[in-house]
Amino acid sequence: MSFSPDIQAFCCHYTSQQSCSQDGGGLLEDGFPSTVTINRLPCSGKLQVSALLAALENGADGVYVVGCPKDTCHNVLGSQRAAKKVLAVKKALVELGVEPERIEMFHLQRGLHPEFITAAQTMDKTIRTLGPSPFKGESK
Amino acid sequence: MIIANRKPVAEIVAMVKDFSRVLVLGCRGCVSVCSAGGEREVELLASLLRLGCQKEGKKLNTITATLVRQCDKEYIDTLDDWDGQYDAIVSMACGVGVNFIANLRPMTRIYPGVNTTCMGGSMEQGQWIEQCAGCGDCVLHLTAGLCPVARCAKSLMNGPCGGSVGGRCEIHTNTPCIWQSIHDRLDRLGRKNELSDIAPIRDWRTSGHGGPRTTLRDDLTI
Repeated sequence: MSFSPDIQAFCCHYTSQQSCSQDGGGLLEDGFPSTVTINRLPCSGKLQVSALLAALENGADGVYVVGCPKDTCHNVLGSQRAAKKVLAVKKALVELGVEPERIEMFHLQRGLHPEFITAAQTMDKTIRTLGPSPFKGESK
Repeated sequence: MIIANRKPVAEIVAMVKDFSRVLVLGCRGCVSVCSAGGEREVELLASLLRLGCQKEGKKLNTITATLVRQCDKEYIDTLDDWDGQYDAIVSMACGVGVNFIANLRPMTRIYPGVNTTCMGGSMEQGQWIEQCAGCGDCVLHLTAGLCPVARCAKSLMNGPCGGSVGGRCEIHTNTPCIWQSIHDRLDRLGRKNELSDIAPIRDWRTSGHGGPRTTLRDDLTI
């Protein structure tokens, strides 16, 4: 049976503003996977660990965060804070016996550019390889 | 303050896996300050427990709450607000909170969500270091305010052990030798001569070797 993953992307407004401003229109033609849902944030540093966990609880097979390059964050340390939060979830996934690759952090330059699409394709490929989220087990 | 760290999630999932309703209970005291068991950590643990149970194919319902303190009877009494709504409590307070609930709620299943580690202070954001061993017989007036009981790996009372190198402890080389620090501080204060006094053999009976220590203040009891 073919597996079409549910991937939730949390994207910094500044990093991905051109991509997001088109409401995703045009992205698909450029190869952005339809499996990825973009969630815009004013800054990736705004992201809470609870939001990442909620995405997994709500059925996401994979989650990733796109923030500014570490040394040029619009809000100075926002993307570094986000990276720490992603790391915290990775550690928690390991503790739960789940592949930590289901969550990733990408530091990308601002604007619409191939790297934004490549990051999504990378996650799509990784999650397709890993298969459905183990958290989706049928409740007994 | 009391420092704690969250237990590994898998360990807590194993504790609660047979329950379907769990109250994850935080504390606004010390564990809130050291970011181990405050309101935010309670929400995260609740989410992780639900995920852990989902992975095992079970559904876990969680209630989250945070008491002002879990080391006072009057605050434990507020647990009545959730009577009948949970099968077990995971307390994110220090071990005192877990004990208090166990003492006061004989029929309640109570599990620890954190490991209580020490009494320490915040050195910088995200780092806490033990400063006091609570030994019950304070010697800080003799040691320039720096505690050799808590901060010397061997709890020595009469100067350094001889193993320190470059002012660092031989057990943990990142840790300053506290006796070197005591020496340097007394020297700066013009009190170095006090180091020639021999500390008497220590009476460790106040240090918890005779069962739980009790503090009774007649002026406060009714």
